Amino acid sequence: MTALTERGSRRAGLSQGAVSRATGRTFVGLVLVVFALFFIIPIVWLLFATTKTEQQLVGTNPFSLGSFQGLAANWNSLVGFQSGAIATWLGNSAFYAVAALVLTLVVSIPAGYALALTEFRLRRLLLVVTLVVMLIPNTALVLPIFLEINVVGLIGSPLSVILPFSFFPFGVYLAYIYFSTSIPRDLLAAARIDGCSEFGVFARIALPLAAPVVALVAFFSFVQNWNNYFLPFVMLPSSSQYPMQVGLTSLLASTPAFNPSALGTSPIQLPALALATLVSVAPVIIVFLFSQRFLVTGMTAGSTKE
Amino acid sequence: MDTRSSNLKSSALSVEQPVGAGTTRPVLRQALRRKNHLDANHGKMGYAFASLYTLLLVAFGIVPTLYAIFLAFTSSSGSFAGVANFVQIFQDYRFLPDVGHVAAFLAIWLVGLVIFVVLLALIVHGIRARWLSGTARFLFYIPGALAGASSVMLWLFVLDPAVSPVSFLLRAMGLQTLVQTISPQHLPIVFAVIAFWTGAGGWIVIMYGALNNISTEIMEAARIDGANAVQIAFSIQLPMMRKWIAYMGIMSLAAGTQLFVEPQLLSQASNAVVGNDYSLNQLAYLYAFQQNNFNGSAAISIVLLVAALALSAVFVARGGLFERD
Repeated sequence: MTALTERGSRRAGLSQGAVSRATGRTFVGLVLVVFALFFIIPIVWLLFATTKTEQQLVGTNPFSLGSFQGLAANWNSLVGFQSGAIATWLGNSAFYAVAALVLTLVVSIPAGYALALTEFRLRRLLLVVTLVVMLIPNTALVLPIFLEINVVGLIGSPLSVILPFSFFPFGVYLAYIYFSTSIPRDLLAAARIDGCSEFGVFARIALPLAAPVVALVAFFSFVQNWNNYFLPFVMLPSSSQYPMQVGLTSLLASTPAFNPSALGTSPIQLPALALATLVSVAPVIIVFLFSQRFLVTGMTAGSTKE
Repeated sequence: MDTRSSNLKSSALSVEQPVGAGTTRPVLRQALRRKNHLDANHGKMGYAFASLYTLLLVAFGIVPTLYAIFLAFTSSSGSFAGVANFVQIFQDYRFLPDVGHVAAFLAIWLVGLVIFVVLLALIVHGIRARWLSGTARFLFYIPGALAGASSVMLWLFVLDPAVSPVSFLLRAMGLQTLVQTISPQHLPIVFAVIAFWTGAGGWIVIMYGALNNISTEIMEAARIDGANAVQIAFSIQLPMMRKWIAYMGIMSLAAGTQLFVEPQLLSQASNAVVGNDYSLNQLAYLYAFQQNNFNGSAAISIVLLVAALALSAVFVARGGLFERD
């Protein structure tokens, strides 16, 4: 039926609307192409850049391929920086991001469940405070959190980033929305009447049904933890503790092309810096590629529907 | 579309049955006792499940906020200082220029974000070919993987005419070196472009989802009445996206006032052509870690927070975020 009416309305509008529709289509096509190029050119360029020497990077077509030797040389110079610092940074990033992700899930999913499907006195208050805190940008609280962590003497410890990362009100909110809209209360009540314990109701009934929202919270938490710069920058003083994002800025400081004073200390060439940029986002890009089906179909929107 | 209609059906079927019509008294009493018992368990469980989160919420949400407020109104010795810290930061020669920088960036970015995200979401939603619409969304979304330092690093290359993939564009605008590209008067635009590049894709996907929630019957009716795509966009789709646009505005505003990593890296890469006190958040950082003035630093954080919340209120009011449909 949809197709029929569509065809009908199209035919009716053909005489007057044909010209304007053609210009409309051209406009739409143009906008799409321009923005697709805008979003994708820097990334494509980055892939090519990692295979080039510095001379090739400056001298040749931006979208020409360098050589495998070029890529290997860049890799070696990157790995050679501060005798393998990049491996340490990647390891740190993975540790901080994954540890915080696990804690986030352990904390947020039950909390979302409690807020959505149980009754307790502080429930409303907790919900309202969560919404307000969600609006507070997390960088705004970094300095006070630094002072707080300083009081407990945890500065420089991995916990100084993992614990604040684990506080993820957005995840709680997502879980709350999911549990309150997608889990039928009757189902839980039935399990209770059948003698299932309160914990059993959560673990055996609600949790298995909540797999999509667990994946979603995990995704957002991981990406945010991995990409966070300000908090580890403030909390972790020594290079051996940097996550990759902070490490990148050390590399930048050692790149003579951007920082002429860096000439003496083991310099990093531009293509090696490009490679470092690519390496720093590779895990997130991989996670993106795997999650693209549920991300791009707009499930994110559906799950936060009011 | 199929799932939506089946949802409608199931909700139509699950109309509540009236209860208690034929219940006898003993059964009722028994059921009540049982219910009370369950509720008690239920409540305990609620506390238990929410306890860990509450702990983190207090430690990393509430206490830091209160601590910042406390610091902002006390002196370094801990005695009440009234508004002295605020007076001090307002009089700092860097404060007003920084407010200007952040405001200029926010204005350009928010306007650009709203216009282009809505336009692209409408266009992508209007594409009939599924693969094309999916590919477009994916392409737009991918840069979201490069947030923070990584995206700034990539854009350092893109903005440097010597190596840029779009050096012809930069040269056409009369820019020959990186230092020219990132000269102070260009920076708000540069930061807006970087932020748009990383963030827009996610919002386009969210807006696309919102557009999918608009019932096809309404769109169909408008089309039969002879409305064209532009008319449908302005009189049906835009009003229905209002809440989402407001939500995007609030979230982006809150994040945008906190500009830090972008100017920080540009400052490093330009040999301090861009100052390391370009944004308010950088100024707060300098206060805390160079001048050891945590009270002044907290005062800046509070100013930022209040500004972000106040501006958010505008979006909440204009976007009707707390109205029920």
